[in-house]
Amino acid sequence: MNLFEYVRPASVAEAIAAAGEPNSAYLGAGTNLLDLMKGGALTPARLVDLTHLPDLGSIETLPDGSTRIGALVKNAALAHDTDFAKRFPVVAEALLSGASAQLRNAATVGGNLMQRTRCPYFTDTASACNKRQPGSGCDAIGGENRSHAVLGWSENCIAVHPSDFCVALTALGAIVEIEGTTGRREVPITEFFLLPGDTPEKETVLEAGEMIVAVRLPAEAAKLAANQRYLKVRERTSYAFALASAAAALTIENGAITEARLALGGVAPKPWRASEAEAALVGKAPGKEAFAAAAEAAFAEAKPSGDNAYKIELGKRVVARVLAMAAAGTPERMPALPASAFAPLPEGVVNV
Amino acid sequence: MSDIASLPTGSRQRQGSNIGQPMTRRDGILKVTGSATYAADNNPEGLMHAVLATATIARGKVTRLDVEAARAHPGVVEVMTPENRPPLATDPDEKTNPFAFRLDALQNDGVRYAGQPIAVVVAKTLEAAVEGAALLRPSYETEAARVDLEGESFVAEIVGPGAPGRAASGDFDAAFASAAKHIEATYDTPPQYHNAMEPHSIVVRWEGDSLSIDMPTQGLAMAVGRTAELFGISPEKIHIRSPFLGGGFGSKGLAAGPQVLGILAAKLVGAPVKLVLTRQQMYGPVGHRGQTRQTVKLGMGEDGRLAAIEHHTLTSTSRFDDFLEPASNVTHSLYAAPAIRTTHAGSRIDIGTPMFMRAPGEAPGSAALESAIDEAAFAAGMDPLDFRLLNYAEVEPISGKPFSSKALRECYERGAARFGWSKRPQAPRSMRDGEGRLLGWGVGTATFPAIMFQAEARAVIRADGSGLMEIGAHDMGQGAWTALHQIAADGLGLSMDEVEFRSGSSDLPNAGIAGGSGHTATAGTALHGAGEDVIARLTELAVNDEASPLYGAGNVGVVARNGRLVRQDDESRGEPYAAILKRAGLAEIEGRGQSAADPAAQERYAMDAHGAVFAEVAVDPNLGQIRVTRLVGAFAAGRVINPRMVESQYYGGMIWGLSFALHEEAVHDKRTGRIMNANLAEYRVPVNADVPSLEAILVHEDDPHVNALGVKGVGEIGITGTVGAIANAIWHATGVRVRRFPIGLADLLGGTPDVSDKGV
Ligand SMILES: Cc1cc2nc3c(=O)[nH]c(=O)nc-3n(C[C@H](O)[C@H](O)[C@H](O)COP(=O)(O)OP(=O)(O)OC[C@H]3O[C@@H](n4cnc5c(N)ncnc54)[C@H](O)[C@@H]3O)c2cc1C
Ligand code: SF4
Repeated sequence: MNLFEYVRPASVAEAIAAAGEPNSAYLGAGTNLLDLMKGGALTPARLVDLTHLPDLGSIETLPDGSTRIGALVKNAALAHDTDFAKRFPVVAEALLSGASAQLRNAATVGGNLMQRTRCPYFTDTASACNKRQPGSGCDAIGGENRSHAVLGWSENCIAVHPSDFCVALTALGAIVEIEGTTGRREVPITEFFLLPGDTPEKETVLEAGEMIVAVRLPAEAAKLAANQRYLKVRERTSYAFALASAAAALTIENGAITEARLALGGVAPKPWRASEAEAALVGKAPGKEAFAAAAEAAFAEAKPSGDNAYKIELGKRVVARVLAMAAAGTPERMPALPASAFAPLPEGVVNV
Repeated sequence: MSDIASLPTGSRQRQGSNIGQPMTRRDGILKVTGSATYAADNNPEGLMHAVLATATIARGKVTRLDVEAARAHPGVVEVMTPENRPPLATDPDEKTNPFAFRLDALQNDGVRYAGQPIAVVVAKTLEAAVEGAALLRPSYETEAARVDLEGESFVAEIVGPGAPGRAASGDFDAAFASAAKHIEATYDTPPQYHNAMEPHSIVVRWEGDSLSIDMPTQGLAMAVGRTAELFGISPEKIHIRSPFLGGGFGSKGLAAGPQVLGILAAKLVGAPVKLVLTRQQMYGPVGHRGQTRQTVKLGMGEDGRLAAIEHHTLTSTSRFDDFLEPASNVTHSLYAAPAIRTTHAGSRIDIGTPMFMRAPGEAPGSAALESAIDEAAFAAGMDPLDFRLLNYAEVEPISGKPFSSKALRECYERGAARFGWSKRPQAPRSMRDGEGRLLGWGVGTATFPAIMFQAEARAVIRADGSGLMEIGAHDMGQGAWTALHQIAADGLGLSMDEVEFRSGSSDLPNAGIAGGSGHTATAGTALHGAGEDVIARLTELAVNDEASPLYGAGNVGVVARNGRLVRQDDESRGEPYAAILKRAGLAEIEGRGQSAADPAAQERYAMDAHGAVFAEVAVDPNLGQIRVTRLVGAFAAGRVINPRMVESQYYGGMIWGLSFALHEEAVHDKRTGRIMNANLAEYRVPVNADVPSLEAILVHEDDPHVNALGVKGVGEIGITGTVGAIANAIWHATGVRVRRFPIGLADLLGGTPDVSDKGV
């Protein structure tokens, strides 16, 4: 709990200047930030409200064929943009599998990227948490960690990144457009998120005051539209975070995979690009054998961080399944339960 | 007179009986338009806001609170701690009666569970109070805490709200030893916490030494009694209004510590105070369902006939009070066996005292028993429904008493027919949906006792022939405003529009407690009695009045019909109520009614509602994700006052059963004892997508013994049976028997040949 200052800038430049003050935070829809503030996990001294900024709310196709999504575009608006969903169906499916309709109507693209982990020790101010309070320890280790990371974790933090959207963006090689006091820069999403290492409090490459202004999907990502899917395994049919998820996109030519994109969610501290698995797929005939090998490759480095060994096995099965689903082709229509195990299954993807 | 307005009357004109009609909720429009006033919606003049500070340790004591910092915060008026908390007339740790559970009302600096209130900050605004509470930054002396069942245990002689902890009929040991086949299995159920939509709240005004309170309660009279005792004032000086509850489920049955703290805070600051719990604060001081570890032993003959049943429950209670989930007792009434033994043990751990939570005992007990019965059916090579029918209890197994009524066979029949049970293959893992998911079908028997409390009601017929019925009953969302009004109208022989119905306030006649699924039976019987009484008085006037067409009709009998008294032998002869009162020169005539369980009938009969729940689940064979694709429940619970409300209760119960089977679990950090998912994002309950198909069948049942109305209870039974049906369906789908609730996908990942097959 904290008294804080509320700033409503009129331009990106003003926003950046305002957020340059120490302990400032950008405010998107607040669906994550405000919850954390109410619980006392985050105590910014200044909130810089981005939601009234002009020009950050559109989805545009640039001359080079890439698609630029403004940081303030709502999750729901993006997923329901027919043209966008046609070109990047895995992104739409991932978005629609996240949170609830109400949250998606509010949540912003920038906020989704920057949402914090759901590790209960991060939220609980009475617990030690290196991410919340650097150097205090990590109570998740040796505690309740059934949903924690099996890839990329460190002795200092084993939390997972919760976003679904970012998993699809990672698979398609999105670029994050950043603006700060020193100007604009662009960072591929695979480099945008950092692993915890010794500094779990530092989750992204953003420097103080820097903000996300847009996310760009490169033109070549659209070429994968025919074969892409998101699969999210969870303990509830809807409205639950992923225990393990994966986004896959394939190009299949003459019976062989010529290009593969694969990213994992719910298993690592950041949206996890599974490059080895992608490499293992290229040149192979789509099928059980290739997909199983890719699943093994994706989790070759995995190790449990606590009571979560099951996630390794689960993760492999998710990968094998999502690849089979992608190979079967992007569905004509978005399923009623996007990314769900209970959405219509293409023939032959279940191992019986 | 009560200052709770009667609900505006919609147009529900009906001639003849109101009972049995599917009226919509009379409070529905108020609720959907936001004009129903819940306790926390009250904002009396000069209101201050009280916010709890709660312990983050599970055991030890508070050594320091930064009261100065909190007090210094602008807007904070006072910080209440054990040092300055106004005195209570009765120690909140004193057990004045079995229903007086020990409360945490800042009586000392001790901490006995995480989430226990340790201070209350009162401020002019809610924000200032919240900030003040955060500024207290408590220091503790911490002792090691235990929050699981692995520690010491004791034999529990008393369980639940005062039931014997052990019971037996026949010689279990001998019967079990000599049985041809045996099943022995242990089932774990987790701690579950109350998450009613409306958190506990209270708005308190002291007027001299009188108390005016708005707070949700399932037991107005008991709340008044407990408040009077704690504060040393007479019950007449306490007025509690509770017209609407946003769910109770047992958590609002008895006054909770935080509500007492609200009253204390108002006293301390000398101003009206509002105290509302946050969602997180619900996890501790307002009761929960204790965790259980249940061992069921079944001995049976080669033919599958049960010879011996033992049900043992180890369950948690707090370090400082006793409420032990009476889970084994469900075995008293369900299946016939010559030898039955039920026992309980308790383990004291560092949690808030467990308390009533929808179907206390029956819910976890039936989860274990119905799973074990299913295991036995399979071991006997029988269809699980046939097995249940073979072991059907014609009389209550443990007491040998006949049932007052029991339409369970018809429940099985109708539920099975609707579900299509006859097509069920016996072997597990033998059904798939069109896309390759495993399908499984399971059944569970539902049961819940027909309980009645004591209540009173007042009936009035006014000079204009209209009626008034009063009872301090409780609408928790279940529809009491409507169902009781239906009973009230029939009791007066009037339409609902002609009867004003007053309820939800402690200055009305005592309606007992809205718990144990007994409220409609209890309050309804009192209303019915009050109606009979006032009609009898009116009849008395008429039959003795020479000017009345009913003069002398006492012998043939007189009945009330549509606002008239008429001769039973000739309904064309009679006269309106108004005419009788007018001639008698009376402005109104009053009658009273009482209700209570009939001890003679209770002595003779076992009284229970019954049901059968059928579940279909789909399980992804590779990913283990589970979905309950169909639920069909058929229930017989005596007379149905309002089928729409009853159906809703069954739906809600069955969904809660699904929640029990697959979702709900409070996850403690074992080291600190804190609950790590004390919020609705992480404490999972089902969402709509988890309940794609739900049906409740209302099976007709006449019960001449339970009470004058023939009403049993419907509030809790739906959760029983459902949990087991789903667990059994998961087994049938996968061949994996999971004996720990909630069942999750991790339980199914490794266990079956297909599932561990990595080929995909
Ligand atoms: C109950 C619940 C369930 C959920 N389930 C899911 C789920 O299943 N899958 C899923 O993916 N998500 C889920 N979410 C998370 C949801 O997606 C995020 O809360 C949401 O996307 C955050 O967006 P926002 O605009 O509200 O961000 P805010 O809450 O406003 O901000 C979040 C963070 O981003 C920062 N920020 C915001 N905008 C910018 C910017 N332009 N530049 C730099 N920093 C910025 C803020 O400072 C803050 O740190 C769930 C949330 C809830 C509450
Ligand atoms: S896992 Fe990370 S977020 Fe969770 S407690 Fe440890 S350091 Fe904090």
